[in-house]
Amino acid sequence: MYQYDEYDQQILNERVAQFKSQTERYLAGEIAEDEFLPLRLQNGIYVQRYAPMLRVAIPYGAFTAEQMRALAKVARDYDKGYAHFSTRQNLQFNWPKLEDCPQILADLAKVQMHAVQTSGNCIRNTTTDEYAGVVAEELVDPRPYCEIIRQWSTFHPEFAFLPRKFKIAVNSVPGEDRAATKVHDIGVHIIRNDAGELGYRILVGGGLGRTPIIGETIREFLPEQDLLTYLEAVIRVYNQFGRRDNKYKARIKILTKALGVQRLGELVEAEWNRIKDSAARLTSAELERVKKHFVDPAYATLDNNPAELETAKAENPAFVRWLGRNVRAHKQSGYAVVTLTLKQKGTPPGDVTAEQMEQIATLADEFSFGELRSTHQQNLVLANVEQRQLFTLWQQAKALGLATPTLGLLTDMICCPGGDFCALANAKSIPIADDLQVRFDDLDYLHDLGEIDLNISGCMNACGHHHVGNIGILGVDKKGQEFYQVSLGGNSGERGTASLGKILGPSFSREQLTGVVAKVLDLYVASRHVGESFLETYQRIGHNTFKEAVYGKAD
Amino acid sequence: MAKLIKDGAFVADDVWTRIDDDAIATEYSLISLDRWTHQQAELQPLASRGKLGLYLNSDQLAEMVAEQCRNFAVIAVDFPKFSDGRGYSTARLLRDQYHYAGDLRAVGDVLIDQLFFMKRVGFSSYALRDDQNEAHALAAFSSFSQPYQAAMDDQRPLFARVSR
Repeated sequence: MYQYDEYDQQILNERVAQFKSQTERYLAGEIAEDEFLPLRLQNGIYVQRYAPMLRVAIPYGAFTAEQMRALAKVARDYDKGYAHFSTRQNLQFNWPKLEDCPQILADLAKVQMHAVQTSGNCIRNTTTDEYAGVVAEELVDPRPYCEIIRQWSTFHPEFAFLPRKFKIAVNSVPGEDRAATKVHDIGVHIIRNDAGELGYRILVGGGLGRTPIIGETIREFLPEQDLLTYLEAVIRVYNQFGRRDNKYKARIKILTKALGVQRLGELVEAEWNRIKDSAARLTSAELERVKKHFVDPAYATLDNNPAELETAKAENPAFVRWLGRNVRAHKQSGYAVVTLTLKQKGTPPGDVTAEQMEQIATLADEFSFGELRSTHQQNLVLANVEQRQLFTLWQQAKALGLATPTLGLLTDMICCPGGDFCALANAKSIPIADDLQVRFDDLDYLHDLGEIDLNISGCMNACGHHHVGNIGILGVDKKGQEFYQVSLGGNSGERGTASLGKILGPSFSREQLTGVVAKVLDLYVASRHVGESFLETYQRIGHNTFKEAVYGKAD
Repeated sequence: MAKLIKDGAFVADDVWTRIDDDAIATEYSLISLDRWTHQQAELQPLASRGKLGLYLNSDQLAEMVAEQCRNFAVIAVDFPKFSDGRGYSTARLLRDQYHYAGDLRAVGDVLIDQLFFMKRVGFSSYALRDDQNEAHALAAFSSFSQPYQAAMDDQRPLFARVSR
């Protein structure tokens, strides 16, 4: 984990003071509503349907038990006793009072947390793989690069009023992409070139929203120390040439399409050549300084598959099921990576109570060196658990409702807050998740179906990533009524090449929706070859076969 | 009337005035880029004496002025709306790429909470919107004591500026 030094802390403390003054001036009528808007947004505060929402940053999803307790305290003291993990690895409070926000941010600053740039037309929280640093497949730990990007982007003087929000994701696992980098404004792939030198492939122009687009490569190889100057060049070009006349055409993906990635690349290259050898270039000393914060914890010398684990497996099939789904291999022998699922039936995906948050903090302290990660699938990860303790952890997590053995399965849905909270939503999304949880609650059936991403967004802003769900559900408004459009075949890049889902046909009412999903699943089950995933069957038998199964054959 | 901040204080006697394209350019006129492009020969004597200024709209980017910037004692960059952030890059590039050394002035929707960023990207004077509180405005320039990035006020990022 990155630990703040005096400079990081001073910057954050000065931010707290600045926002306190801004809020006071706003409440005193000295700042107009529309002029306060970007100030509060860049401090994580939205005004929602019923109350403000405060989005706290969890930089690249990494946080500590101590920070979790501080968040739980905020949920208790200033909110209704719960909070929500978002698809950007952040945490949202749904009911704080605006007047309280400066104090909440002051409280959070004491544990090195903030809400900086979690909203607004600026560079947002950089995201990465929730398994960073603990899986053998990764090239290098991506977190130091994320932290370096965080510092560079924090209060960047030139990029606080971009045409639109700007999201960067970093991936370091060859052939797998848990960070969905191809649907980000910039995707950074950490790679080695043919000479074995560390660097990055840079993608640009991906995104979801109204116009979903898969990002394209703008630079095949960028040397390690050139990261910040190159990002600066890209965003400087975007800040000047990105459209500002229409917010739906303002993301860099539209500029990329308009110019073509090659032309955009030329503009970026020209600017980068001008600044790449400036003092802004990363130094090896700075890279080393930040990397030192992400060294391995003090692992014990342990063997894989200890006797305690084998015995528990032999005696407990439910434990075995959880191991098979929610626990994955660790780079260190004797350790495992555990996902605590926030997808209980009857609870909105990603929601946790203050009590659960405190209990999760305790689990982190007891089982995983006091550290936690949040995931873009709205779950939590204990990244360093001793295998001999897995059974004990499972029992405790199960008692807390955090061990639903469905990671990656149908009911491990991604879901935005939707019309229950969000002022932008066309339709509710949480009740849809709830309907599906109720309808598909048979664990044997879910396990038999295998891995399926089902993503739900309450509007086309796509916070629930519906475009990249194998099954995507989008809330739409039809003459004041809530309807739902279903798309199939999307893929965030976690299961092979990233792709966007294709709309199945006319939308459905809430009542029809679970039946439609059932028809889609039935066709898959009836058509699949042995070992074939939903996505593979879909790709093999084709979109129209599913369409006919749902709507009947066209004459 | 906007209130002008320069060198950390409000100045009462600012002499520069924006003029329309059909008005006669005199000493201390801020003219449009279009006018400069079309009447450069006639305007050059004023410019050479350091008595001519330029006014840029937010869609007139640094590259459209380029080396020509050195003709002007003042370049005013307009922020038609505070949320239009192009002027930050314009300022930065005029200073950094084209080595503009004159007075770079933020005009238009210039609010207290932009001043810190404006100073960092190279602005040297600020026509603060007239409804803004003066004391808060002056205080805003020191919102952060050691920012992370390199910018025009310090070409070194934090990691090169201090020992961390």
